[in-house]
Amino acid sequence: MKLRMTRKPVIPFVTGIPLAIIAIFVVASRWIVPNATRQDIMTGVTSPGTAGHLFGTDQLGRDIGQLAIAGAGSAVLGPIVIALGSMMIGILLGTFAGYIGGWLDLLLSKYADLLLALPTTLVALVVTGLVDGGYWVTVLVLIMLFSPTDIRMVRGSVIAQTGRPYIESAKVLGLGRLRIMFRHILPNVLPVAFSTMLLNVAFALVSMSALSFLGLGVGPGVPDWGRQLSDSRDLLDRNWGSLVLPAMLIIITAAAINLLGDWLQERYEEGSVQR
Amino acid sequence: MDSAHSHRRLTQLLSRGSLTRFIIVRLAATGLLLLVLSFVVFALLHLTPGDPARNLVGVRNVTPELLQSIRDKYHLNDPFMSQYLHWLGNVLHGDFGESIRNNTTVTTLLSDRVMLTLQLSSLSFALTVIVAVPLGIAAAWRTGSALDRSMSAASIVGIGAPTYAVGLLLLYVFGLWFNIFPVYGSGDGGFDRWWHLVLPAITLASGLAAMVFKLTRTAVVAELNQDYVAFAQSRGLTHRQIRSLVLRNAMIPVATSLGLVFAFLFGGTILVEVTFALQGIGSLLAGSVTFKDLPVVQAITLLTATVIALTALAVDILYYAVDPRVRKRGAQ
Repeated sequence: MKLRMTRKPVIPFVTGIPLAIIAIFVVASRWIVPNATRQDIMTGVTSPGTAGHLFGTDQLGRDIGQLAIAGAGSAVLGPIVIALGSMMIGILLGTFAGYIGGWLDLLLSKYADLLLALPTTLVALVVTGLVDGGYWVTVLVLIMLFSPTDIRMVRGSVIAQTGRPYIESAKVLGLGRLRIMFRHILPNVLPVAFSTMLLNVAFALVSMSALSFLGLGVGPGVPDWGRQLSDSRDLLDRNWGSLVLPAMLIIITAAAINLLGDWLQERYEEGSVQR
Repeated sequence: MDSAHSHRRLTQLLSRGSLTRFIIVRLAATGLLLLVLSFVVFALLHLTPGDPARNLVGVRNVTPELLQSIRDKYHLNDPFMSQYLHWLGNVLHGDFGESIRNNTTVTTLLSDRVMLTLQLSSLSFALTVIVAVPLGIAAAWRTGSALDRSMSAASIVGIGAPTYAVGLLLLYVFGLWFNIFPVYGSGDGGFDRWWHLVLPAITLASGLAAMVFKLTRTAVVAELNQDYVAFAQSRGLTHRQIRSLVLRNAMIPVATSLGLVFAFLFGGTILVEVTFALQGIGSLLAGSVTFKDLPVVQAITLLTATVIALTALAVDILYYAVDPRVRKRGAQ
């Protein structure tokens, strides 16, 4: 309980800077690096620091730095959709399971058990690989795989709210179940849901780029950090930039989102304890 | 008389809160889970786009006779449920069919590869436990200290850091730059094998250690906040006595979750094996998925699920047997 140090807004500041830069890349990459995928076979692989190429080039003569900036979009957009989608499922099903309970609760927790019985990477790899899924199929599969934890999380916090006096008084007032669930309980669940969503974005980012590292997800030629990493294995001895830049981008982005989500969660928990 | 006695004995055994009842219920649940999963895994063959028979032929020359023989062999003209039962019957005898990519049975292919994955999982598991558990205890003992805060932050980064990125960075620094460790491959067995597994194991352990660190820290902190600790302190028990009490209780949840960690590790080696070009179950799965080698994919998925489900079962039973509080809760 001596975590008072986190009170100083160091974490939002430290994590905010890289995240803001990534956000700019996502929104404006088509203007910042319009020629990111332009190939120049004559140049071939060059090491970092070569004139005009801060991080060098790959086999096709594409600039590693420009490719990485252009790859921010596919790295971040899918994970945001995954986190939003799985949290929407989580809120809908978790609220019903937690508040109404009964057979619905049992069914949903069995479904969650089934999906949690296997490692995410394995299921995502098998399903997207066998159906030849592109980017958005991968997103859909990951929404399915992420939803059980969200259902459980929402269910838990709904149950924690159900015993509180304000719910009792809402019941006494004769409010309908749907109204109690979504007008009264839901606003109290949302802060935790938001921080969980942030953590899910980070986790989804790592999973998505893992799949494209294995050659699934984004199509060939599309700029993507995971694909850049998998390509870099063949040029390790000639251009270390092709490895270090995308690797650091994935690690820093995931870590920043994780730290921010963790900080929010902790803050929220402290707040609810003091209340 | 005798039957009345055995009946009473049985009800006693199966009464709420008894260990036997618990084991039977959990066994049944695990069996059901695996049955459902086996059904899903079998259905993969039909969910994959294209004619299942053609998918099973692979790149061999497709002749009508060959397609017919494949259909006969896998009973593809039978109703779906009867196909499934045939397949399940074979699987229960250890027969997953033949690999499409390699001309061997899936079972031979798996038995060649499983050892490496097992060695890799064990090594990273050992590394994780040796590093993360003591650090977690130390951090919990002094919450808010510099050690606690830096380790907690590091664990957040570690949980988020992708295995393949960490692996490639390690490979570059220690394999290519300093030239200490081998870069690719599984080694020639014996010590060389283990030497080849050091970097992959460290890679796998880095994410896992972060998780185990958090878990241990939370368990010890929760235990330290118990009333009996305050009581023991006010009674004047020594620091050492209290520590042994707290650790004994806190290690129950830690030890049980470690079982699950190991099981998941077994399925989580895909990325590391691909990164370091190791010939294990994980890289086999990745290759088989890309090649649509369905019998192999089915076998590995089901095998991993079985390992995880059985470990979860064992962990649950151990938990139940070791911790009287859980038994009491179950009885209520």
